[in-house]
Amino acid sequence: MIFIILLIIMAVLLLAAAVYSIVHRDLLFAVMGTGIVSVVLSLFFYLLQAPDVALTEAAIGIALTTIIFIITIRNTTRDEDEIIDKENEKL
Amino acid sequence: MTIILTIVFTLMAIGLILSMFRFVKGPRSGDRAMALDTFSIIITAAMVLLAHVFERYIYVDVALIYAVLGFVGVIVIARYIEGAL
Amino acid sequence: MMEILEYIGMALILIGGIFLFLGALGLVRMPDLYTRLQAGTKASTLGAMSTVLGVGLLHPDWILKILIIVIFIGVANPLSSHALARASYRKGVIPFSKNNIDKYKKAVKKQIKNLTS
Repeated sequence: MIFIILLIIMAVLLLAAAVYSIVHRDLLFAVMGTGIVSVVLSLFFYLLQAPDVALTEAAIGIALTTIIFIITIRNTTRDEDEIIDKENEKL
Repeated sequence: MTIILTIVFTLMAIGLILSMFRFVKGPRSGDRAMALDTFSIIITAAMVLLAHVFERYIYVDVALIYAVLGFVGVIVIARYIEGAL
Repeated sequence: MMEILEYIGMALILIGGIFLFLGALGLVRMPDLYTRLQAGTKASTLGAMSTVLGVGLLHPDWILKILIIVIFIGVANPLSSHALARASYRKGVIPFSKNNIDKYKKAVKKQIKNLTS
């Protein structure tokens, strides 16, 4: 019984982090939301008894994805509205 | 013995909800990065405890990967905030 | 002998759970970034190390990987906390204080003067 309640809490946290990461306009905060999604998703794989998938998700999701996205943000820009404005000017 | 495990898992779930609250609310980027750090360390402890519940030795490896790699993302975010990356 | 180890392990797991909860509570209740950083990282480190050691006492043949996890938590978590505090101080977050003690300011000024001269 307690495990079912914990699974429901985990699912709500996963959805909250994913929606936050999609909606927010600041791209650095969206990257951190992606990190939380990856952590909770790894716990889900672990509870569904697939430890190899959880291992891969942990190694890729928390280290590699964050580093690549941060380097991308450094090379472009952090604010999302700025990108949209530039594209509108181009049109 | 089971009642202690139930209490500890409930406390961990409340801790996850509280740090998620700080992640959504936190005014600066430092608050959010710290909430991510607390999140990942609570989940590392929960994974080792679940390995005890399921009685499988292979499950400890996932927590080992988290303990080794979990701080890399936070350090990269901190270097980006400082402007020295 | 095994029963004593089991009781000590369960007590360590309970202490760890309580400290993890207190760390997350301090994350919400504290007034500014540095106090939040202190509550959320020190208490969480103690809680996670205590929980993992408790599981290691319950299963004595897992002790090698458990010790590796404890050492890595003890090294890595204060490291990330230090990097965050340093980054947000240099970015200009003002500490919450009632008596205006800020000793790191002088050190940063001296460092900048040494760099420029």
